[in-house]
This record gives sequence, structure tokens and C-alpha cells, in this order.
Amino acid sequence: MKRLLLNVAAVAVLVTTIFPVYWMFLTAFKPTRDINSPTPTFWPADPTFDHFVTAVNAPGFWTYWRNSLLVTVGAVLLALIVALLASFAVARMRWRGRGVFVVAVFAAQMAPWEALLVPVFIIARDTDLLDSLAMLTGVYFMITLPFTIVTLRGFLDAIPMELEEAAQVDGCSRMAAFRRVVFPLLAPGLMATSLFGFITAWNEFAFVNVLIIKDQDQRTLPVWLSSFRDVFGTDWGATMAAASLFALPALLLFLLLQRNVGTGMTAGAVKG
Amino acid sequence: MWTRTRSYWPYLLIAPAVAGGAFLLLYPLFKAAVISFQHFRMGELIRGGAAFVGLDNYTELLTGAEFWEVLLRTVVWTAINVVLIVGLSTGIALMLVRLGRGLRLALMSALALAWAMPIIAATTVFQWLFQSELGLVNWLLVTLGLESFQGYTWFADGTATFAVLVVLVVWQSVPFAALTLYAGLTTIPGELYESARIDGGTGWQVFWKVTFPILRSLFALVASLEVIWVAKCFPQIWVLSQGGPDDATTTLPVYAFKIARVLHRYDLGSAVAMLTVVILAIALVSNLRRMVRQ
Repeated sequence: MKRLLLNVAAVAVLVTTIFPVYWMFLTAFKPTRDINSPTPTFWPADPTFDHFVTAVNAPGFWTYWRNSLLVTVGAVLLALIVALLASFAVARMRWRGRGVFVVAVFAAQMAPWEALLVPVFIIARDTDLLDSLAMLTGVYFMITLPFTIVTLRGFLDAIPMELEEAAQVDGCSRMAAFRRVVFPLLAPGLMATSLFGFITAWNEFAFVNVLIIKDQDQRTLPVWLSSFRDVFGTDWGATMAAASLFALPALLLFLLLQRNVGTGMTAGAVKG
Repeated sequence: MWTRTRSYWPYLLIAPAVAGGAFLLLYPLFKAAVISFQHFRMGELIRGGAAFVGLDNYTELLTGAEFWEVLLRTVVWTAINVVLIVGLSTGIALMLVRLGRGLRLALMSALALAWAMPIIAATTVFQWLFQSELGLVNWLLVTLGLESFQGYTWFADGTATFAVLVVLVVWQSVPFAALTLYAGLTTIPGELYESARIDGGTGWQVFWKVTFPILRSLFALVASLEVIWVAKCFPQIWVLSQGGPDDATTTLPVYAFKIARVLHRYDLGSAVAMLTVVILAIALVSNLRRMVRQ
């Protein structure tokens, strides 16, 4: 009896958790007459791609898609490279100021980015970087960097230093020992970390609203999606198709890398 | 072997990170602090040459009624969300531990999926779910016998909009908290529970006497992270209601954004931002310290 109750509750939680995501995809595939019918249907009886065609052909869709991808991939790669260098210094070297640096990174992880919208806007304006994807990439890079350093440091700490030492005894240079021994072991960590960076940058909404003002062609998908009323009116099928297209990369990446993420979380958390 | 490196290498390795932090984090923070002491509006934005006005912006904020209303609203908003998030996540984490393998994996995948759902996509879906004529929520409520929800316009009423935003933010935040707490629960050895049971503890007692004390710092961490996220949550509110109707959903970040970008009061907006930073810092430090010490 208790078992049954527990399972029923679990199924209820599962349905509540998954339902908005399901409803988004379902609406996107439903014919308009089903969407507009007073009694909803919960199964795609008659799926259609019409709404996706509408969304993809909406003005600027491909431009925004490309901008989002450019900014996100740029920010994630930059953060990975910079964080790899820094986390190596933290995890493998002892130096004056190391403690201060670690504390600063932790503090930066809690940085009040929403409070920095105005000064970042003014700085971008003063340096002629308004309406530029480069500035946006820079901001996203900085938002994801502290987290990336902390997580990569956790992964590096989990790799025994003896492995590199052994390689060095065998005649590898320090650089070669890192490249041949540590880097392959670090791959899952790099993937997990980049996933978080990807989701943060792909999602970001506030800064793109503030930094991209005049040049509509520099906007990214979240802004486009948030202004769907201007684009689609009350066409909920097309809106949900657009939302699906925006959500899909994040959801797919997440499902693909889920296993690594789990280990990444714990590796980062241990050193928390 | 690498105990103390007397070389410039470590500094070279952290240089890019330090440079990034200096230009894109410390400098804006410094700039916000400076602007909050200046007369900085549309004119200064175009011409430059802002004059220092001392504490004028802070005086204007702290003596007006609006700031205190927004602050109170932000506290209520944060409290409701964080209590719901931590409560529900704890329940789900405890549930995950007790579930059979199949259902547990299914629930964990569902949580991961909801977690990965982009914020703006989720917000758009909630707009659709709570739509007045064809929205599923109204249909469900009417089907359940609540006839008054026939064509109910959620986003016309302040309290209703606030409630929808709470549901949205809780739905978005529970997966992370639940999975993190579950990961913590799995580290507690089963023997501890057995001995507590043998000693005659009820489920409630076991949770408060065994589970909670062991995971106290994890609970503190999750609660603090949620406080930050909820208090400074901006995109959901901006997209759904722009702080309206009648400012019913204007929290501190929305308020700062509104007065800066809509009213072009960059000075006042920066002052709000600085106060937000200070308030969050105080709340977090005291919270974390108390939770860890106990």
C-alpha cells in the first residue's frame, strides 16, 4: 500500500515535470484547428510540420540562429581555454596569491550580473561596442568563466598527479605529460563544463536586450522568441514550433552528455 | 615534486582569467558604484561629463515609498519561491531514494529534461498554458468544476500574474535542487537509518535527527543558491509581465532595469543595483554562516 502510494506520487511528479516540455512539442506538431478547439487533445493524432515551416521562414530566423550559435560557441570555447590554464595553475602549482585567487573565483561565481546591466551598457557605448556580437561573447565568456574554473579544477584534482609524474620520469616534458596523460582523462570534465556554459549562454536574455539595440540583425534567439507576439500574433502553433527549435539543441546536448554531467557535478562539488 | 614553483608560470596561466575578470566584472562593478554617486541621465549618456552628487540618488531612493515597496515585494517573492523549491525538492529527493530503479531513472531523466529547458522557451510555454481562451490550465480548472476560470485572464491581475511566475520559477528550479539533494542523500550510509529505525524513530524524526544534520551544509548551499537565483531572476518576469500589471511583479532587478532603460535614470538604476548587491551579500553571508556553524 505504502509502495503504491509512493509510486503514484512519483508518477504525478514525473508528469508535472515533463508536461510543459511535452506540451510545447505537442502544440508545435498539432494542426491549427486542433490547437483552436475548445477541448484539448493530448496526443498528436494528426501531426503536421506546418508550424515549423512558418517559424523557420519567419524573418530573420536563420540570422538569429547563427548569432546565437556564434556567441554561445565562442563564449564556451574561450571560457574553456582560459579556465583550463587557470585551473591547471590552481590544481597543480603552489604559488603566492593562490588562495586569494581561489576565493576571488568563488566570489565571481556569485557575481550579481543582473546588477551590472547598466554599467556594461555604458561601457559598451563608450567603447563603440553596442550592437556587437563580440561584446556579447565577452560578457557570456565572463559569466561562465568562474564556474568553468571551479569545475575543471575539481576534475583536475581527481586525476592523480602521479600519472603525470610517471610520464615525466619516462622522459615527457611537462607540457607533453599534460597533453598525453591529463588531457584525455579530462575530456568528460571538459564536456560537462562546456554543457553548462552552453546552456547559460544559449539562454541569456538580459544582456542581449541591453547591448543589442539598433541593429536587429545582431539579436539572438531568446530575444526573437520573447517578441513572438510581434512575429506570430496569436499563432501558438508557430510560437511553440519556434520555442521547440530554440529548446532542441539544449535538450539534445543535455540528454547526450547527462552521464558526464553527473560526474562533473560531484567532482565540482567535492572541492566546493 | 611540484611543491612551490618559484616562477612566473602560474601567474602567466591565470593572467587571461584575471584580465577577463578585471575588465568585464570588476570594472563594471566599479563603474556602477561611481554612477550611483553621479547625476547620470540621458544627457550625460550622450554628452558625457557627469557630475558627482554625493548620496543624492540613495537619498531619493531610500526616502521614497516605491523602493521599500519593491524591496518588500522582492523579499516576499524570494521567500515564497525558496520555501516551495527547497520543500518540494527535499520531498522529491527523499522519494527518489525510495523508488524502484526503473521509475527512479525515469523521474531523474524527466528532471534533467526540465532542467535543460531554456528559460525563455519555458516562459513562452507557460504563457501558452495560462492563455485565457485556449490555455490548458483554464480548461483543466473548468473541467474540475471551477466554472469561474472560463476565459480567465491570468495576466490582467497582479496576484494571478505573481502566482503564475511563482509556478514557473519553482518548476524551473526544482530539478537542480532535487537532483543535488538526491546526490547528497545517496552518500548517507544505510546503517545510520537502520539503527535509527531500530531505536524506534519515525520517518519524520529520522529525517530531522539523522538526514538533515548530516546534509546541513548541502541544504545551506542549495538554499543560498536558490535565494540568489530567485532574488535576481529577471528574464521570466520581464517576458511574462514586464513587472506589471500595476507593478505587482516588479522585483528589484526589474525595477533597476525599468528605471534605467525605460526612464533613462542610469544613476538611480545603478543605486538600486548597488543596494541589491549589498542586500544579497548580507543575506547570504549571514545565512551561510549560521547554517554551517550549527
